[in-house]
Amino acid sequence: MNTATSTAAQAGLVACESCGLLSRPVNAALPGFCRRCGEALEFRRHRSIETTWALIIAAAICYIPANALPVLVTTTFGSPEDDTILGGVIYLYASGSWPLALIVLIASVMIPLGKLVALAYLLVSVQRGSVKSNRERTRLYRTVNLIGRWSMLDVFVATFTVALVQLQPLMSVTPGTGVLFFAAVVVLTMLAAESFDPRLIWDSASSRRARHD
Amino acid sequence: MGLSVVGRTASTTILGGAYEMWLQGEQLTGALVGFCAVLAPAGYLLFMLTLLLATRRSPAPQWVGEILRWAHHFQLWSMLEVMMLGILVALIKIAELATVDAGIGMFAVGALLLLFPAIMVNFDMRDIWERVEWADGDIATPGAPATPAVQPMP
Repeated sequence: MNTATSTAAQAGLVACESCGLLSRPVNAALPGFCRRCGEALEFRRHRSIETTWALIIAAAICYIPANALPVLVTTTFGSPEDDTILGGVIYLYASGSWPLALIVLIASVMIPLGKLVALAYLLVSVQRGSVKSNRERTRLYRTVNLIGRWSMLDVFVATFTVALVQLQPLMSVTPGTGVLFFAAVVVLTMLAAESFDPRLIWDSASSRRARHD
Repeated sequence: MGLSVVGRTASTTILGGAYEMWLQGEQLTGALVGFCAVLAPAGYLLFMLTLLLATRRSPAPQWVGEILRWAHHFQLWSMLEVMMLGILVALIKIAELATVDAGIGMFAVGALLLLFPAIMVNFDMRDIWERVEWADGDIATPGAPATPAVQPMP
């Protein structure tokens, strides 16, 4: 499947996560600190799987109110109207700007959902000690890390709509509770992607022995 | 940015947007937007400037490493490009109701948008780390062995 037969951890080497300096700790159980930047050295991030799971589950819970509750409340001549995220996409599509509707749909529905699924898949495959398609899984992790920030899009859209449309008494827009949950989903998934240790992907490939603690 | 509907005008800045969110009862979201759109990019630029100035001296002091770490964290949360797209989407949504005028700030954001990736492409973290004074007192030497032994700390 792949040619990787040994990892740095097996060779007793550890790269500093802060400055990248490669070290060979005398005692593998106590890697100590990086000589160059003073950061604590870790062969694998401490409790990476548990932390990532916790953040993903929290994000998944927040995802439900984020989509169900309104993100914007538009008041035109005194009559309020609720807008959810999907409602905003449909509104954009109906008003003829389908490319924008697509961008918003991808950024605020597909990316958060895709991130949750992708990270859950990575965790499950690492926990089951999968040895298949490591390269693809590493690529998946990088993609998740790279595109995650784009789901903040709807939070910015809501913010600037609220800030600009303050034309009392004609029309005003106020943020709904959904925005808070949506922002929480974005932040939680970004933290989850950060806490996942991609080196875990390669551990089971080189040794069937689970190395994560 | 400015906005006018039948004689009524409204204008806002990026921080104004975040502040408006705060006023409307979404303090957390407002703070997050303020952080991602203003504080993180500003912090990133500030840290980069400091560490580039500090590394002119060789070896660079230890705290440069700390600043580098901070710059890295801030870069992750700086979302100028996402914000720009967000502004565009918001403007297009509003454009049907009102006339929108872009202010000077808008063009400044556009320029930042082009400059930020240019900074990231040209900047190599390893370059800085090679110049930084080592935490255990050794002075960085370009030809130093890449795999020094590390003593376990008690």
